[in-house]
Order: sequence, then C-alpha cells, then structure tokens
Amino acid sequence: MINLKVFLIGLKSLKGSRSPAIPLAACFIALGALLKDAGFNIQQSAASSLFTYALPGQLVMAESLLVGASIINIFIAVWLVNFRLYPMTVSLFPLLDHKSQPKWKYYLSCHFLAVTSWLIAKDGYKKIDKKNRIDFWIGIGIGTWSTAILMTVIGYLSADYLNKEMLIGLAIVNPVYFFCMMIGAMKNLSISIAVIGGTVLGPVIYLISTEWALLFAGLIAGSIAFLFGGKNGK
Amino acid sequence: MASSQIIILAIIATSLATFISRFMGALTSEKVSVKSRVFQWFNCIAYSTLAALLGRMIIFPAGVLDESNLVTRVFVLVICISVFIFSKKNLVIPTILSAILLSFFNTI
Repeated sequence: MINLKVFLIGLKSLKGSRSPAIPLAACFIALGALLKDAGFNIQQSAASSLFTYALPGQLVMAESLLVGASIINIFIAVWLVNFRLYPMTVSLFPLLDHKSQPKWKYYLSCHFLAVTSWLIAKDGYKKIDKKNRIDFWIGIGIGTWSTAILMTVIGYLSADYLNKEMLIGLAIVNPVYFFCMMIGAMKNLSISIAVIGGTVLGPVIYLISTEWALLFAGLIAGSIAFLFGGKNGK
Repeated sequence: MASSQIIILAIIATSLATFISRFMGALTSEKVSVKSRVFQWFNCIAYSTLAALLGRMIIFPAGVLDESNLVTRVFVLVICISVFIFSKKNLVIPTILSAILLSFFNTI
C-alpha cells in the first residue's frame, strides 16, 4: 500500500544539514507558549497543531481569541492567511501524481501541506521515482507534522521557563529558515522574480490592506514572474 | 480569556478554514498537468505568495517578534542568509545563529 523504503527517505529528511527540525521546533515551541497564554489547555494546544498544522493561521487564531473576535471572523481571517496553501498544493501535487496510486492518499496527505514540507518536497521530489513520489511526500508530511505537534506540547509545558528574549529569538528562526530555502530554490528567472517580487510587494500591499495583502501580492508578483520569467522550473 | 467551548470552536473553525484550501488544491491538481501553463502560473504564484508572507513576517511581524527592532531583524536575516550561502547551503547553522543573534541584540 505504501512503499516503505521511499516513505522512510521522506521521513529521514528531518535529519542532516538541511534538517527542518530546528526551525519547526523553534516556531511550534513558541506557539505552544502563546496558546497557553491565550487560555488553551494542553490537549487543546496539541489538537490545534494536529488538526490545523499551519502556523500563521494558528497565530491568527490565538491572537483573535485574545482580542475576543467572533468565530466567523476567525474563520475568515484564517482562511485568508492560509489561502496560500491552495496554489502551493496545485504547484506540488501534479508532480506527485501517478495513476497507479489511490486517490485517498492525495486527499488525506494534503493535510501535511505546509511551508516546510512543501519546500522539502519541491527540493527533493526529482530524486524519487514518479510512481512512489506520493509515499515520499507522506514520509515528509508525517515527520514534519508529528514534530510540530510534539513541539507544541513541549512549548506549552516550558512556557513558564521561556522569557521574552528567548521567545523573540525563537520567532525569527522560522522566517530565516524559509528565506534560506527560498533562496536555494531561486534556480531560474521566473522563480527569482516571484520570490523577490513577493518579498517586496507583501509588506507594501500590507500598508493598504492587512487582510488581502498576501493574496494580492502573490497574485501580482506571481503573474509578473510567469509572464516575464521565460521558461519556468518546477 | 476565552472559554473552553469557544476555544474548541475556534480550533474547529481554524482547521476547516485551513483544510479547505488544501483539499481544493488536491482536487484542482487532478486536472492540472505538470507540462501545462496553468501549472507554471500556479508555481510562480505559490512562490510569490510565500515570499510575500515572509516579507511581511520580517517587516510587519505578528506576535512577539514585533517587540524587536526592524533594523536588527533585517540585519540578522542578511547575516544568516550569507552564512547559508557560504556554508554550502547548510540550514542548521544559520537557523540556530538567527535565534542567538536576535536574542543577543535584543538584550543589549
């Protein structure tokens, strides 16, 4: 049902000099501490990472609860900030597609789609035989997802021992890791334009609209990159 | 502080709002060929949306990162990216270094 060898290759992406374990640990420890602050108990904190597993959305949820936002407002705010997962899935799953594989694998494993796992899969899928790429993806997903849940619990438990300076230090790790991965991915003109354009437009459009900044910046910079970047990489 | 019931509802709402995008993506992917222009367009949009999120996280951060200085954050980011490039794309060293540097600069 699942090719164990390929699954383990995916799972082992947590190890080595390109390991995502440290940035994942840093941000989910910080999240665990924040959730405790927002009044969550330990089961609720773990459940949040188990069922959502998308850090920016979880941050929005915690901060919205702290200011007393309604559930509908939380739903919309999270949907807007996590909508990026839609183009990310569409730009990854066709690469993992194989007609011999059952559809349920794709429908269930899309839950593992987050920035970290996406960047690792984009970086490594070419080394895996087309037929088994979905199992490689499931391996990456299980590894990163379970790390995130475990670290949320650790963050919750260690909240009282983390001072503000430590939390600030933990909070920078994730964007630094993502930026490094993105720069590593800038192997052709279109991706380079997309990354640089998005980095600039994201904060600029945020000045005009906080909610829609990501969608508009992504759409504008991505379309410019597509039109002017020539032949695209995958 | 929110009640337990509100928290559970918030977790459900957040999880649903997140899974919709993933699941719609999985459904759309069935109709998108790797060789198509649509795939290439989505690929560019995915990278640029992600970059937009990162740019915002550094310039206008949410949460505790907001309590650090913007110039310091950009400085730490530039140093860590340089370390990444010069260390043959090692990701462990720059990420650990970033936490140490920002905590250090924030205390002085």
